[in-house]
Amino acid sequence: MSQSATKIRTRRRRAFTRKDIFTLSLFLGVPTFLHLFWVWIPALATIGLSFTYWNGVHLSDIKWAGLANYNTVFTASPQFYDALLNNAYWLLWFTFIATPLGVLLAYQVDRAIRGHKVYESVYYIPVVLSLAIIGIIWRFMLGPAGLVQVLLGNPGIEDAIPIFGNYSINTYVILSIASWRHIGYIMLLYLAGLKSVDASLREAAVIDGATEWQTFRKIVLPAMAPVNTIIIVITVIESLRAFDLIYILYGTSTGWPILGMLVFVNIYGQAASMLGAAYAVILFLLSIIPIVFYLRTVFKEDIK
Amino acid sequence: MSGIVKDKKYRNRQKIKDAFISSFIGLFAIVWMVPILWTFWTSLRPYDDIIQKGVFSRPDTLNLKNYADAYRLMNIWEYLSNSFIVAIPAVFLTLFFGSLLAFVVTRYSFKFNLYLLLLFTAGNLLPVQLVYAPLFKMYIWVGDLVGNRNILYDSYLGVILIHVALQVGFATFVMSSYMKTIPKEISESAMVDGASVFRHYWNVILPLLRPPLAALSVLMTTWIYNEFFWAIVLIKSDNKRPITSALGRLQGEFVTDFNLLAAGAIMAALPTLIIFFVLKRQFVSGLTLGSTKG
Repeated sequence: MSQSATKIRTRRRRAFTRKDIFTLSLFLGVPTFLHLFWVWIPALATIGLSFTYWNGVHLSDIKWAGLANYNTVFTASPQFYDALLNNAYWLLWFTFIATPLGVLLAYQVDRAIRGHKVYESVYYIPVVLSLAIIGIIWRFMLGPAGLVQVLLGNPGIEDAIPIFGNYSINTYVILSIASWRHIGYIMLLYLAGLKSVDASLREAAVIDGATEWQTFRKIVLPAMAPVNTIIIVITVIESLRAFDLIYILYGTSTGWPILGMLVFVNIYGQAASMLGAAYAVILFLLSIIPIVFYLRTVFKEDIK
Repeated sequence: MSGIVKDKKYRNRQKIKDAFISSFIGLFAIVWMVPILWTFWTSLRPYDDIIQKGVFSRPDTLNLKNYADAYRLMNIWEYLSNSFIVAIPAVFLTLFFGSLLAFVVTRYSFKFNLYLLLLFTAGNLLPVQLVYAPLFKMYIWVGDLVGNRNILYDSYLGVILIHVALQVGFATFVMSSYMKTIPKEISESAMVDGASVFRHYWNVILPLLRPPLAALSVLMTTWIYNEFFWAIVLIKSDNKRPITSALGRLQGEFVTDFNLLAAGAIMAALPTLIIFFVLKRQFVSGLTLGSTKG
């Protein structure tokens, strides 16, 4: 009796019972099914559709187009280059201005300068707001009768000078609004990483007479290498994904075209064109690099 | 002796520098708050007051009338509840699926575990525009197949499912990183005791996952509440819209009545602001778990 019981126990430990196999397949199968059918299969379908002509209604209308859509995008769509340029501005601005500011802010807050607890919350508040709300809030600042208009001396609704429609400044305005949110996000991500840097290293550097800036450059930044990669990747992905804010500020008018919006206006609604799919694939190809970097950083140990 | 003097001097200089840095960051913190405070200020004043006397005039009346009007005219309550009808089940399902996957990939060494994690994490990072058009078609087809077009398209269920499908990767990643810090012995003793896989998950692992579950639920509720893209492409009926996409429409409709719109925007922002201030610790630790892994 006791012997057979031990036997069953050992066997159970090694192999799964039928019930266990059933449970495990459900545990893995249901989420994987959902993820594949809702994310990857549509993604692959978009890639396939980018090589076709289709208005998006009947499956039987799909016609092979080869590279025609891409040809149109690259040679006959001036908006594409405008969008690419705007995405590039977005990326450069975030990489060289917004993200470094967020990192420096995190460093100062982590050093517990006076008021750091308040600062942490204040700079983070925009991050919990939806971009739809952010768009509205900034219209109150910059639009007719907005605070900025009043400060510029145009208080009436009729005297307001257009800001979002002014092509010499709207790029800076849009990127500043986006940074209002991005800086706080980076700050909090970086703060989380900074908590894990050995404080004694920093103290030693200060005792050795290193300035604050030297300590940051020579001690903190190298110790934060993995977090730095993640922050850079997030910055790139966010720059490519940009959509919500532009939609709220410009609607589908492409007054300030970006790739995400070009996909949307070409593929959404009744007059769908697979030009949109081609734009989506270009967006995807640009995203692959940061995605691979991200995966390599976070799964480094597992891949080994 | 001179070393101490030098040290003192250095410290004093650092103190001055720190005071300077702190006031600089403080100054910008005020600038940071101006847009929100301005919107709040606008929302408290009657429309006529501003039109007659200008934006900077001293207000005769400050009250919550705009809020009452926005609540009544904009159906804010309906949109807010739509947001939660989507966000709460979506977060619940995401965490449930995520915990299942995290449990399997960290407690059993199947060969495909890593690939599964890579697949889900990569899926989470894909541009949503790549997924949109075929998914939209699929929703319509499934609807036609079961004889009810609105089963997935223009329904809460459809929006919930795409949120779950996209976010489950992040939840899995965070929970599996956390699980790696739980000693394997706990699981081994459960297996030796002959507990079934389900019991092992439900009675042993799930209670241990409480900290990441709490952190993730706060973080994901705000993410899904704030989400915009799926809300505009998958919901057609106005009375099903979540607050974020409804604001887009209200902005056009109430474009001249900005006091009302300000009140609406503040009301739409309140849930996430409250969540942030009340559950700040969970919020931050959710990001921590996700960004630095362990």
